[in-house]
Amino acid sequence: MFDLLISPFTEFAFMRRALAGCLALALGATPVGVFLLLRRMSLMGDAMSHAILPGAALGYLAFGLSLGAMTVGGIVAGLVVVFAAGLVTRASVLKEDASLAAFYLLSLAAGVMIVSLRGQNLDLLHVLFGSVLGLDDASLLLIASIASVTLASLALLFRPLVMECFDPAFLRGVSRWSPVAHYGFLMLVVVNLVSGFHALGTLMAVGIMILPAAAARLWTNGLPMLLLLAVLFAFGSGASGLLLSFHADVPAGPAIVLVCGVVYFVSLLAAPGGLLAGRLPVRHHLES
Amino acid sequence: MNRLALPMIRLDNLTLGYDRHPAVHHLSAEIPAGALVAVVGPNGAGKSTLLKGLAGELRPIGGRILLPELPAGGLAYMPQRGEIDHSFPVSVFDVVAMGLWHEIGAFGGVSREQRRRVRAALEAVGMAGFESRPIGSLSGGQLQRARFARLMLQDAPLILLDEPFAAIDSRTVDDLVELILGWHDEGRTILTVVHDLEQVRRHFPTALLLSREPVAFGPTAEVLTPERLARARRLSEAFDELAHECHIEELTVAVAPDAAAHPHAHDHGHAHDEGHGHAHPHPAAHTAPRPRRGLPRH
Repeated sequence: MFDLLISPFTEFAFMRRALAGCLALALGATPVGVFLLLRRMSLMGDAMSHAILPGAALGYLAFGLSLGAMTVGGIVAGLVVVFAAGLVTRASVLKEDASLAAFYLLSLAAGVMIVSLRGQNLDLLHVLFGSVLGLDDASLLLIASIASVTLASLALLFRPLVMECFDPAFLRGVSRWSPVAHYGFLMLVVVNLVSGFHALGTLMAVGIMILPAAAARLWTNGLPMLLLLAVLFAFGSGASGLLLSFHADVPAGPAIVLVCGVVYFVSLLAAPGGLLAGRLPVRHHLES
Repeated sequence: MNRLALPMIRLDNLTLGYDRHPAVHHLSAEIPAGALVAVVGPNGAGKSTLLKGLAGELRPIGGRILLPELPAGGLAYMPQRGEIDHSFPVSVFDVVAMGLWHEIGAFGGVSREQRRRVRAALEAVGMAGFESRPIGSLSGGQLQRARFARLMLQDAPLILLDEPFAAIDSRTVDDLVELILGWHDEGRTILTVVHDLEQVRRHFPTALLLSREPVAFGPTAEVLTPERLARARRLSEAFDELAHECHIEELTVAVAPDAAAHPHAHDHGHAHDEGHGHAHPHPAAHTAPRPRRGLPRH
């Protein structure tokens, strides 16, 4: 048992780094995912992950496989898409989903074009599929910093953000926090996607945001419990995915997301908000 | 209640609307401090639009709204259809406590005294013991009571309520009317959109009858006369898709004969409507120019 679960982490430094990276992602990206889920923007996370691609690709094109350039490029591209879409939403008849779709599709097309300019280069697979087992000090520091900034910002934004999700009209009526909460939150989404793509790649970074959040939502009706459960699910899936990758010799990124998927399906079956709960025999009702 | 400033709202030739089509047309009125005004009129008469304009959510396309200097959070507006997400995991207590925003802001803690006030507000709306229930488990009437509790905590001198009694049972309506009358006694200025004319006659001292054009504003008994109500119904019929630009400001007010719009009334679901029909605005109906008339004063 010890050999199976603990010794991979004690014996290999790259596994310890990967585990630390997963912890940081679980603490930063997953709470953001919970709010994405509650705002019914789960798919928007996916769209945004595509939107950051051209920025990362441009950084790569200009400076090679440089952590800083790709990070800055990704964040800039993501923010441009977020604010452009927000501007269009506020100033035109298009709703947010349509304007966001327009900008992220353009962004993605530009990204693919930029990538192809450089010809085939296997290094770029790093952008698409990440390298959680190859995190160096700089990447780990970046992911941890983004997680810390995210937690601090969420703590500051918590009340306006909850109100913005629950009753935006009321928040607009009592304060000017509504756009701050909205755009502040979208910025958190972007930086966490960028942090996620170093570990899991652009395509799978959304997995560790949304899947644990969706699984946790099936278990609880309270927001604090929801955040806690989602983080635990995400970290548990991260650790299990790494072990699976280690023992079965499969790529780590997909393994982590697939374990998240297993947690989600188990929750779907067993949780009070899931599929089976409605089919159980009816328990005797309470007094009126 | 000592932070109650005394607002007086002055509407100066106000026109509000969408895509240049007026929904509230050349409305001039002075609403004194502490007034309890029922905003009455057929569907599509611009009642909600007027409240939106007062709340600052809609920019006037003509004229002005003159509001007094209100303290931060001094205007409480309850839209008809809130944008409330019922599936969001918050408790009734949390929702009502949102009314404390002007005291605690984004970062302040909720003190023991404020917790007590939240519970007291819930008790006042008849929902003691519901504190920890998730908001999604409430019925329509209970949710409306919770919104009133939140409004209570906002402690605003100016309150705008858009159809607060829609789809609410009569007992809840009675309770909510009691709350509104209580706020009136405290000296707050309140504008409420109401459909039940009987309710208006019984409880609201002042009424504003709209039908896109202002019809009448003043003491309720003088506003809700059969002739004026009939006129309101007639006026709301026409909607001219190809309306010309309106230049009333420049013209001396010309009183055209009433358009020969055939009343296309139908019964509306409200219980105490005295059977008076609500008119459909006819899109693209070409009618004679609508009567342009100043607002009768009392």
